[in-house]
This record gives sequence, structure tokens and C-alpha cells, in this order.
Amino acid sequence: MNKQFNSSRRKFMLTSAAISGGFALGLQLPAKAQDAVSGNDINIWVQINPDDTVTIKYARCEMGQGSMTSAPQIVADELDASWDQVRIEYVDVNEHFRMDRAWGAMVTVGSQTIRNSQEYLRNAGASARAMLVAAAASEWGVPASEINVSNGVISHAISGRESGFGALAAAAAEQAVPETVTLKDPADWHIIGQSKPRVDIPPSVDGSQVYGVDVELPGMVYASMATSPVFGGSVISFDATKALTRKGIIDVVAIDGIAVAVVADNWWRANKALEEVEIQWDTKGNGEVSNETILAQFNESLAAPDAAPMPNNAGDADQALANAEQVLEADYFTPFLSHSPMEPMGATVRITGERVDIWASTQSPEGLVGEMVNALGVEEENVYAHRVQAGGGFGRRGGSSDYARAAALIAAELPDGTPVKMLWTREEDTQHDFYRPLAMYRLKGGLDANGMITGWKARIASGSILNQMRGAPLRGGVDFTAVEGFTQLPYNIPDQFQDFKLTPTHVPLGFWRTVGWSQTPFAREQFIDELAVAAGEDPFHFRLKHMAEDELSRHILEKVAEAIGWDETPAAGLYRGIATTEPYGSYTAAAVELSVNDAGVINIHRIVQGINTGHMVNPDNVIAQLEGATVWAISAAMWGEINIDQGKVQESNFHDYRLLRMAQMPVIDTVLEATGGFWGGVGEPGQAPILPAFCNAIAAATGTRVRSLPLKHHGFSLA
Amino acid sequence: MELRVNNEIHEVDVEPEMPLLWVIRDILNLKGTKFACGISQCGACTVHIDGEPVRSCSYPASAAQGKEITTIEGISLDASHPVQQAWVKHQVPQCGYCQSGQIMAAVSLLEKKARPTDADINAAMTNICRCGTYKRIRDAIHDVAGNTAENTLAYEA
Repeated sequence: MNKQFNSSRRKFMLTSAAISGGFALGLQLPAKAQDAVSGNDINIWVQINPDDTVTIKYARCEMGQGSMTSAPQIVADELDASWDQVRIEYVDVNEHFRMDRAWGAMVTVGSQTIRNSQEYLRNAGASARAMLVAAAASEWGVPASEINVSNGVISHAISGRESGFGALAAAAAEQAVPETVTLKDPADWHIIGQSKPRVDIPPSVDGSQVYGVDVELPGMVYASMATSPVFGGSVISFDATKALTRKGIIDVVAIDGIAVAVVADNWWRANKALEEVEIQWDTKGNGEVSNETILAQFNESLAAPDAAPMPNNAGDADQALANAEQVLEADYFTPFLSHSPMEPMGATVRITGERVDIWASTQSPEGLVGEMVNALGVEEENVYAHRVQAGGGFGRRGGSSDYARAAALIAAELPDGTPVKMLWTREEDTQHDFYRPLAMYRLKGGLDANGMITGWKARIASGSILNQMRGAPLRGGVDFTAVEGFTQLPYNIPDQFQDFKLTPTHVPLGFWRTVGWSQTPFAREQFIDELAVAAGEDPFHFRLKHMAEDELSRHILEKVAEAIGWDETPAAGLYRGIATTEPYGSYTAAAVELSVNDAGVINIHRIVQGINTGHMVNPDNVIAQLEGATVWAISAAMWGEINIDQGKVQESNFHDYRLLRMAQMPVIDTVLEATGGFWGGVGEPGQAPILPAFCNAIAAATGTRVRSLPLKHHGFSLA
Repeated sequence: MELRVNNEIHEVDVEPEMPLLWVIRDILNLKGTKFACGISQCGACTVHIDGEPVRSCSYPASAAQGKEITTIEGISLDASHPVQQAWVKHQVPQCGYCQSGQIMAAVSLLEKKARPTDADINAAMTNICRCGTYKRIRDAIHDVAGNTAENTLAYEA
């Protein structure tokens, strides 16, 4: 296999950078893409079929977040199609790469699909509509301006002529691509804003949905693998003598010097045999790392003199604190967490000569292709990454494609053309994640005699996901995903100083649903409550009086407070907490009403969860995402932690990495706001205000301010 | 050994201790039943054995001989089972990976108790959903049962 990956890799990096910098397809397709538009393809997003159905392409991934439905809704709306005639198809990944990445970003992370694609998707729909109109105008000999398109019908009122899309498709495809199109006024949207049923749901109820783990190919073999239990460790040697005597075992191979895989004629046999491979590991000096050593390191970071100041600092925070009537100081701690999607990591790879086929649940087709190029030295044009539904992603399948690399390296050891399905056990998945960073926060706040916050200091100590995973340099020494929530406070505090202290450990870090916003609000929004309590004020009204300059934050907070009846006294024994956040381009707030008995048993009576996404494409899907994000946050709050001892993760499966189940599911009411004017994210933001609202309610109920998670360590359990 | 799955008899040559899950998935190629934990914790692998919900990842294939095994593919031919229809109506699944198991657990619950209370649902529906679809699962089960907000007796926990 040739080894030209360096040049391809560079190209890959550059293109990725261009995309993340806001690449918009608009109407100017790359030359290769324009050539490829043919037949009934009106453009690369819209294909109109003779039977009047419309095929809309979907470029990103689907893992339950719903944008496989909502992104095409945007195209269909501008096209003035009827939703009933729409069919949705994935963009072929290989074709995408061969066409200079014509479909923009495929990577599905950071609640970006709608907000970063909506402009080119609207343009694609509007452009296709204009071409249909031009075709009708030419065919009917009438001015285009007199032609109307509505619900999949093209009509000319004066002549009474009318046509479906299909009859004009071929002629439309011959029309010139309009230089510019006028996009609809949001008031005229008829598909955007509608709760269209998700297209990927029907196959999820009869077992026919195909996930990465479900791919089956002729001649397939199966692999299970064990990676060095100590991060950064390596394989010294392994003895597979015993394993190789077992039925169905084909091969035992080392991967990258850090893992051993058994290949067999079915996965269970491979996995059973793996238990009998004796592996000698080198811990590479990480065998002494533990919770204690990590905590000591973080405590040092909280006091370190050399942290990197953040760009939003203003005024003189030290002076303001010195002048304050009251000064509060508190440290907060959030642990490492694993993603634990229901489908464990795995991938199927088949190498046939210079061609590589890969089937893997992913959030990043680009990452899969890049990893194949990197691992196998093939050309990216020769990589065929096939589309499958992901059994949950939550960030695990977006940052690193480590599991795909492992499958590729196993495939490289097998005869040409042999497909291998590599699958991790739950234990392997739990112990070889890229974890939500552990972080600590030291906050200081000063109040004046009127109960206004006059000074604010925050020290954030965390590892850096991108620095550790990809060697990405920090901008001015600050990791901006770790400090989300502190870079632009919604509160008007004249004198503020915040800084970041990079605190790397050997624990791999990754993007965990809601990323920095999954943890920073735990500190920020609880500390705001601490200041409110010190000022003797109601936490909701205390926030409002500091939000004079942030109308959107105020708006969602007020809506949530209204929904839970904040200004009315709760029933006896019930207590409330509230919090507000501004994650991923949206505005979210939450209020939690609960009771806590003397034994520390928390009974959540109600959670009100509100979001303002600006424009909103599919409201029912937004509700589903908010419900799910709340469950996600409550699991993390109550039980979530990944502990390190002797360099290894201690948790292994769902018995010791506990997740919320049906019996403890709280009542959730959602408040949807679409005030217009912006496109905010949906999948990530829901979680952000839940943790602090929950903990603020616990503090209100018990007087106990929980500054470190999970709650189980503070004597709390969930009813 | 001989296994009867979805009303069909299959002769399979596997180790007696091989979990039923892996026979179903890798030998019989029925992929709707999912692997997620391997230790009976999450229920993604739930099938029915003689009508009872069983976590097939921890159930030896040999123990299923002579019994009637039903997987998600066997509860209807065309996704027409009322539970499947309610799952679509309530837009329950997100990623969907756990939903075969959830549906199998719900079908079994409703076969035993046509009008389950919230407490019945809590007791029977112990499968993990990482996406957090529990509210909709509960709503869908109540819908199939004909429980309504007005029918307080049935709805009461």
C-alpha cells in the first residue's frame, strides 16, 4: 500500500479549517460538483423525480438528534414542496470527497447542523424552486413573475395552467442556476416550524434500523480487543497459545503496540478467547496516577500564579473586591465522565487492494476517512465510508475515530478483501473513552450595599480537549471550550477578571454532550445563587437585576420562572432552584421544584426547561432533545464520575456507571421560544441549566451547597 | 442444538454456553436485538422466552432449547403491533438503539396487564435509554393501554 498520507492529510486539515471557518455552499458549487449535477438533479441537494417525489440530500449524520429530518425541512420549505412528496437520502461520503466536499461539513457536532447549514440549505431549496419556475415560464410562455409554487404544485393563475414538479424536472435541470435568490420571510415558512415526524423513527421500532454494529458482509470475521488499561501504556508481549486453541479463532494481533485483538468466526468466540490471552503491559510511568494525584494537581492550578487571562476581562476586579461590602469565595469541582452511548464503539473495515470500505457509527465521516488515510496510507478518494445510524454519539464519535483506526489495523493483518467487524465490550468502551474533562473552578464575588455584584473573579482549571487530542495550540493560553459560560457573562458586572490554567493529565479528553457548558454552569450559576443568598435576595430577581443589558437571557429566564410559578409560594416542603445559560447560540433556562427528606432522598416534583433557539425548525424534536438532555444531566448530577486509580479507570459497566431509569424519570415541562433573528443549537444546549437549577433547589431545600459532583457523595439519593 | 425463534426452527452449531443474544445476532442474523452491556444491566438485548422478557446477553443458548423465542422481528411482520405504532405516534426513539429492548419489555408488560399504572410501568420498564426517552415510553404505553388523563385510576402511580 502506498504511503502518501502526508499530502492528503494536509489537504484534509486545510479543508476542515475552511469548513469550520464558516464555509457556505450558497449557489456557487465547486466545479466538480457543478459537472456532476445532471439528469433530474436540480442541484446537489435537490433531485426531482418523474413521479413527483423530491429527493433531498442529507449530508450530516443521524444519531437520534433529529436533524436528518429537520435539515431537509429547510430545503423543502424554500422549494415550496409538499412534505409528503419529500424523500430523504444520505449524501454518499466518497462522492462528497471526490467532489471537493461539495456538501460542506458532514461532521455532526456542537449543535451545528441547522445553524451552520441553514443558509446554504435555504439557498439550495430556493434555487431549485427558481429553476422550476423558469422551466414553467419557458414551457408555458408566461412571465416567471406570474408563476406561483405552493405545496408541490406550480401554477399560473391567469392561464389556469398547473403542473406537478415531476413533469418539469428535466426542463428545470436545464435552466441556468440563478445568480441570486430571495429567501422567504420567516412568516411565510410552512415546513420550517412544523413538528414533522422523524424519518429515522419507523426503522427503530421493528429492528430494521442498521447501526454500525449491525453490518454483515460475506466472509466477515469478528474481533474483540483489549487496550492498555493504563492510558498511555503499551503492550510488552502477549501469549495467545491458549486462546488460539479455542474453536473458531483465526488470529491474534497487536494494534499500534497499545492493544491486542482476537479475530474469530463470531464475536462471542473472539471475546471469550481474548480473556485467555496473557498480555504484559508497560504502564509507561502512568501507573501511579490516581484521583488523589489528579486532585492535588488541580488544587495547585487553582492557586498557580501563571494562568492565562481571558479576553473579556474588564475593569479592576481586585479593587472592586477590596471595596465590596461582602466578598464570597468558593471552589467547585466537576469530575471526569464517560459518554457511554448504548452502542459500544466498533467498526467494520474491508481492505481490497487500494480500496477501503468502512462501516461505523460516527459523527464524523470526515474523521473516518481521515483515519483510514492516516492508518492505512490510502488515498481519501479510495475510502468508502458507508452510512449507518449511530446508536448514540454525544461527542464520543465526533472527536476521535480511534475505534475505526483499530478496526483498520486489524483488517490490514487479514487477507485482502476480508471484512472484519471489530466491537468493544461495554467494559472496553467505559475504560477507553475520551472523557469529559475534570475541571475545578475558584470563584470570587463582591457585593455592594445594594446587593449588586461589583467584582468577579474566576479561575478555571481544566485539561484541553483539542490540545490533548490533536495538539491544537491554545489561543492566548486559554482553551475556549473549557471556559464556555465564563467568556461572556449574561450579568452586568463592571469589574471582572477570569483566567484559565491548563491542567493536563494522562486521561484522554473528549467532547461530552454540551462540552464546557455541561460543567461550567454548575459553578457559575450556583455561585450566582450564593451571592443572591448573601445579598438576601430572591435568586430569580437577583439575576434579573444584573441582566439589564441582556434581553435574550432575561426573556427565557422570565418565561421559565413564569411557567413554574416562581413568584408564587410553592406548596409546603417544596423548594425551587433556577438557572440560566447561553449555550451553542441558544438561550436556555431551567427551574426545578423538589423536596428532600431527612435521609437525603430527593423527590423531583417538576422540572421546567426552556429554550429560545431564535428560529425553530421542528418543535417536537426540540422537546425530545430537552427531555433527553434533562435525563442526561440528572444522571450526571446524581451518580456520574469516572475515578482513576493506578492509572486506570475504575468504572466498567452500567452497574457502577449508573444512569437514570424509568422509575426515577422526573416530570419535565418544556417552554419553547422562537423569537427569531438567529439560529441557535438544540441537541447540546438543553443540559446546560439543569445541573445548577437542580443543585440550587437542593441548597434551597437543605441549606447544603453542593460544590462537587456527584451528589451521591453528599448523602443524597433520588426517590 | 435446535432453537425455535419467531416460529421458525433453526439448527445451530454453537457452544452450549454461548449467550442467546450472540446466536440471534451472529448466527441467525437477526440484528434487531442489541448488545450494549453484556451483564443483564441495560435490557437492550431483551427477547421473549415463552412470553417472558429475558435479557438474552446473559442467557445461555442451550437453556432456550425447546422454548419459544420471540425477537423484535417476531412481534409483527409489518411494524403493526400496537406498541410499535404507539412508539411512532409518540416519536419515542432518539438514537433508537435501546428501543427494540424497550418495546419487547413493554409488549410483555401489556400482555400481562392491559391497563398498567405508572407503578407497573416503573417496575417493568427497567431498561436503560441513554438518550433519555423515558417520558415518551411511558406516554406510549399509557396510550396503548387506553389510559387517559381522565382515567385517574389507571394513571395513578
